[in-house]
Amino acid sequence: MSEMQDYKSRVSDPSSRKFETFSYLPALTEAEIRKQVEYIVSKGLNPAVEHTEPENQMDNYWYMWKLPMFGETDIDAILAECKSCKDANPGNHVRLIGYDNFKQSLGASMVIYRGNTK
Amino acid sequence: MAKKYNAGVKEYRATYWMPEYTPKDSDILACFKVVPQPGVDREEVAAAVAAESSTGTWTTVWTDLLTDLDYYKGRAYRIEDVPGDDTSFYAFIAYPIDLFEPGSIVNVFTSLVGNVFGFKALRSIRLEDIRFSMAYLTTCDGPPHGIQVERDMMNKYGRPLLGCTIKPKLGLSAKNYGRAVYEALRGGLDFTKDDENVNSQPFMNWKQRFDFCQEAIEKAERETGERKGHYLNVTAATAEEMMKRAEYAKEIGSPIIMTDYITAGFSAHTSISRFCKQNGILLHVHRAMHGVIDRNPMHGIHFRVLAKILRLMGGDHLHSGTVVGKLEGDRTATLGWIDIMREDFVKEDRSRGIMFDQDFGYMPGMIPVASGGIHVWHMPALVNIFGDDSVLQFGGGTLGHPWGNAAGACANRVALEACVQARNEGAELEKAGGDILRKAGESSPELKVALETWKEIRFEFDTVDKLDAAHK
Repeated sequence: MSEMQDYKSRVSDPSSRKFETFSYLPALTEAEIRKQVEYIVSKGLNPAVEHTEPENQMDNYWYMWKLPMFGETDIDAILAECKSCKDANPGNHVRLIGYDNFKQSLGASMVIYRGNTK
Repeated sequence: MAKKYNAGVKEYRATYWMPEYTPKDSDILACFKVVPQPGVDREEVAAAVAAESSTGTWTTVWTDLLTDLDYYKGRAYRIEDVPGDDTSFYAFIAYPIDLFEPGSIVNVFTSLVGNVFGFKALRSIRLEDIRFSMAYLTTCDGPPHGIQVERDMMNKYGRPLLGCTIKPKLGLSAKNYGRAVYEALRGGLDFTKDDENVNSQPFMNWKQRFDFCQEAIEKAERETGERKGHYLNVTAATAEEMMKRAEYAKEIGSPIIMTDYITAGFSAHTSISRFCKQNGILLHVHRAMHGVIDRNPMHGIHFRVLAKILRLMGGDHLHSGTVVGKLEGDRTATLGWIDIMREDFVKEDRSRGIMFDQDFGYMPGMIPVASGGIHVWHMPALVNIFGDDSVLQFGGGTLGHPWGNAAGACANRVALEACVQARNEGAELEKAGGDILRKAGESSPELKVALETWKEIRFEFDTVDKLDAAHK
């Protein structure tokens, strides 16, 4: 059994912030992001991209990157929008959403590019 | 043609056995599993059940003739064999909607599971399923918020929610209890829970508990940047006291409270549910005492019925059993009542013990809560069985981590997210689960230690209440 470790999390340390689904895993790789986009498309969800300054991450409303990509099933086109959002908003969290219009909910929501929390 | 009054005892079947009857859309339908006393035939017993749970009494009375009993009576309209059991049979009864006060499950159940359960002509009787007509269902409140609203309130999407019951369940001071809550929430849980036994005992007054837990929630939110909640148990000795505690939870800003709907009573529970709806507070519902009622396969009320009536009375979460943990629950039957909690429409499916179609109309779904004796190695199976719309609650499996609650919570959160990620990528969780967890443990020391701690634990008791199935 490994030696006991302190749980490193501090109110004073912005890098202690989490941002919901998948934020306890290592940052997603490009290949892993592609697989999640494929999942969103395979479930018939409408992909969308949002971003925010890390200090405003608890707000319900992040900035929409354009409009949700209704009916878009081209994985590369979706990934390209994620990239454009990230490039245009350096330092911001960028999250990928899959809108479920039948349930009026989000079938998926995950930060795919982590902002600057140092 | 008016009837003449004849005093005396008539056979029940003459009035209440109506195999030619086609149930109306507005009727409430019930299916009972009945074991008659020796020598009493099935039709007479089914008719007796219909009579005793509706208009009948043991003898004819003159006041029967002042009303139209043929309209108000319950009707036994079908009997069926029970697969795999020769001693019992299913009796199907239809009740006209006017027999019941609108919006009152209390009233429906006072008839359906009232005197008839002590009736001497029966050895035993169990309410297996019930069909609420749309006309009746729309008189009930339903869940205060439902699954989608809860996700929006708590900002949790695309995964099951994670919870934990604080232990030891009795004896902690309010401040130490709040410490346990804080540690679990900062480690990555979405919710912590009062144990059902925790009300307001000498060692921990409810008000101090509410205050310390709320501070724990608020600090964990500032620290993690995620929304958190603690199910503040408002169950108490009187409905007035429950309402007082619910009001205080609202005042301090708690996002969720809890009741025990069977021990607190349906009326008190329904009042709290309505309060939650009006005040934007989520309602977690525990089911203490259900085992007394639903465990015996030949007598009582099946849990699928208890789950269905709770959805009508109102609740956002309901404990469902885990399938994989230390507590009772056949997998197929559990999947049946999970559908009853969550789906808009549930089709008759004898293979899961569901005897009637049930349309839930406008009613939102409830989130099933899997809690009891589960730990991190169960995560792949739980994610696979319950899907995203569930709360997975690890009590000992969080607090028992060698490094404490925060590490235990973190281990479960990492395991959960790894399983969801793998599922989204197309993995078969119940086959590949071990590898998924071990791989996730490589980048999470908390998970790695959890996997070492609980590896050997297995729960493999056979279930007592199995679905009725033909002899093998």
